[in-house]
Amino acid sequence: MSSHPLEKSTLPRRRRSRVSLFAQGEPMIWLTGGGLAIALCMITGLLLLILCNGIATLWPASVPQFQTTDGSVYMGEVTRAESFRSNDEKVRVLQRKLVRTGNYEISGEHFTWINDHDVKAETRPEWALVVERTTWGRFYGVPEGFTLGGTTVASTPETVWKKFNEYHNAVSERRAKIRALETKEVGRVNRRLEKARLELRTVEMSKGTDSSVWQSENLKFLETEKSVTTEFKQLQEEISQLRAENSRYVLNMKTAQGKDIAISLSDVVRAYPANQLSTVGKAGIYFSRWHEFLCDEPREANSEGGVFPAIFGTVIMTLLMSLAVVPFGVMAALYLREYAKPGLVVSAVRISINNLAGVPSIVFGVFGLGFFCYLIGASIDELFFASSLPNPTFGKGGILWASLTLALLTLPVVIVATEEALAAVPNSMREGSYACGGSKWQTIKRIVLPRALPGIMTGMILAMARGAGEVAPLMLVGAVKLAPELPVDSVAPFVHAERSFMHLGFHIYDLGFQSQNSEAAKPMVFTTTLLLIVLIFLLNLLAVRLRTRLRRKFVSAAF
Amino acid sequence: MDSMTVQSPPKKKSNRLAEIAAGKTFPTETHDVLKQEPALLEVSNFNLSYGAKQALFDVNMIIPKGKVTALVGPSGCGKSTLLRSINRINDLLSTVRINGEMTLNGEPVYAPSVDVIELRKRMGMVFQKPNPFPMSVYENVIYSLRIDGERNKAVLDEVCERSLRGAAIWEEAKDRLHESALGMSGGQQQRLCIARAIAAEPEVLLMDEPCSALDPIATNKIEDLIADLRGEYTIVIVTHNMQQAARVSDYTAFMYLGRLIEYGPTSTIFQNPHLQETQDYVTGRFG
Repeated sequence: MSSHPLEKSTLPRRRRSRVSLFAQGEPMIWLTGGGLAIALCMITGLLLLILCNGIATLWPASVPQFQTTDGSVYMGEVTRAESFRSNDEKVRVLQRKLVRTGNYEISGEHFTWINDHDVKAETRPEWALVVERTTWGRFYGVPEGFTLGGTTVASTPETVWKKFNEYHNAVSERRAKIRALETKEVGRVNRRLEKARLELRTVEMSKGTDSSVWQSENLKFLETEKSVTTEFKQLQEEISQLRAENSRYVLNMKTAQGKDIAISLSDVVRAYPANQLSTVGKAGIYFSRWHEFLCDEPREANSEGGVFPAIFGTVIMTLLMSLAVVPFGVMAALYLREYAKPGLVVSAVRISINNLAGVPSIVFGVFGLGFFCYLIGASIDELFFASSLPNPTFGKGGILWASLTLALLTLPVVIVATEEALAAVPNSMREGSYACGGSKWQTIKRIVLPRALPGIMTGMILAMARGAGEVAPLMLVGAVKLAPELPVDSVAPFVHAERSFMHLGFHIYDLGFQSQNSEAAKPMVFTTTLLLIVLIFLLNLLAVRLRTRLRRKFVSAAF
Repeated sequence: MDSMTVQSPPKKKSNRLAEIAAGKTFPTETHDVLKQEPALLEVSNFNLSYGAKQALFDVNMIIPKGKVTALVGPSGCGKSTLLRSINRINDLLSTVRINGEMTLNGEPVYAPSVDVIELRKRMGMVFQKPNPFPMSVYENVIYSLRIDGERNKAVLDEVCERSLRGAAIWEEAKDRLHESALGMSGGQQQRLCIARAIAAEPEVLLMDEPCSALDPIATNKIEDLIADLRGEYTIVIVTHNMQQAARVSDYTAFMYLGRLIEYGPTSTIFQNPHLQETQDYVTGRFG
């Protein structure tokens, strides 16, 4: 209000040093940029490693035959080569190859190391056939004959290969049919029997075995049991008929060592003459393998076949988790930010939530097992599924408990992100709504939440990425090596929240560390990892697109 | 503005502003004309503090019905606080403490029995920065009806058109009623906010520096709009712009450090105020 006349300062003018690094600021660009560069290098390096290995795994390699100086013959796919230190004084460093020789039932090994300097000759047999089987792993050999119901119908490799292609599809179809009968039909019959048994058990528990009700129920049960047994017999007959038909087709192979082996055609998943394939032919095998990988069930202790149940389990679990975590997280954040009076208590709660994010995930797993499975699950069993006890229904690990455990794990992420989003809603919007006569809840519902929705979606994306990649807690609350049934199927009530499930993350761990045939499983680890990353990426992409649409609708800047 | 610089007869010499800053209080210089006006809003002995800091001291004033009243004064003098006390938007801050009385049409504003939400529905408010809601133009305008649960489409349509016409934005908005309001220009958004404020036919329209974020052309349009609304609505407007206060208002109140210093007809305040301090302020000699 009162103006001061400008007075000249008597102090000497402070001069900023021109040589100071911080005055120029240039080095800070290098420092910060360098930080980013290192981070990017590590991430892209990891992604590239996974990508290269993951993509190359299913490509069919050619099959060379090695003759060594000691007279042995090996045939198989070269998996990798490495140098090693030998005991020999003269030659210090040697090269050796790891060859997948297969034929486990003969050699007892899937892989063989071959030293390069022991190799006398390396050839590529024209008719080296790679046979992927349902059991015993891969087989490498030369086709010698094809028998149909005991009579040989072909004896040269060309004709055998022709016969194989002629019959293999039909045999595969029959095998699929057997599998369907074994799982779906037998399962249906078993369910019917189990249902009748549970009904009887319920009556027994409420009325006792002496009551007349139980007597009549028991009669009904015996009747059901009888009809089920006949149905079961019919099914088995059908299955054994199909089996008998399939067993007529036999492929006679000769191994590189000259041993004759007969392989039933019904055991063959896929076969190809590796050394004759053109690039197009190899691509065909490659894509058929990818198809199997994505759409089929695993076989051979998960090291072969597909991972469809794991993909399905991961997606369903992530969705269930999001469904559980987002409403809870948003509600908690709303109370903290909109209703609670800021103060010591709110700060303490906020700090606790942030600390919750630092609790090791296995601790959440233990908590989930104790609280959800053993406490809540067991109570549910006692109340609603008493007839099937002592077999637990909900009182064990399952997809519902796994989702809820991960929801707890990711809750801090959602709460923090939502709080940030709520704080970013301009106060002028809230005031505008209050000035129009809006109540607190109306303001939150109509103004604050829509405006904060993109931010909440960010929280959900982060939670989904974290949850889908988590493995440790899942091992305790429901992820299994091999789940016989999917958690969602066509049998009522369609969503079986109590079922255990397969999960890609757990599958990776299982392949990498629990597999008997770890060399064969290793490439699959990369492929599965790649798949998991792609899956998370796709889920995120979906959420990001949704968020962009919401942002365009609610937050587009007007100034 | 030549009329404002016309020299008036010398005022009583005083050093009120310095004395006020030192903590002394003076009664408000309220012009007699105001006493004949029918009061819509009556403020008596109104004190307000944010925590330990007192922002309003013993404010006594009436807001005349159907007139435009401007609140002027240097930054931090409490004019926005006073405006925001009228519809109790200040209540949202937990640290606010109030002492004194305020009545709207004879009914108390600050009584424990008052339903604040119902009270706010009787008032409309326009803010400094345009704050359209993140929804369509249509939904913005009928927001106050929506939250009242009005579902009749005919009523909503009618209110929407009437309010937009009232806010002189109908021609620009009628073809984009169902597009996002956030896509409009700043001036359009502010007129939309005025439309929203008058949609519920409030008894009083509160405007908190409605043109401070707008360019001169948009400002002109808003001022024209205020001139149109005069008589139909009782308007209280806070402004930093002396010319604007002179152009749009019937009465002007000059505030300083939380006190109401002088309050009278705009022409008198700008041409021949009773106090030297008011003259100094409106002619731009301080503040």
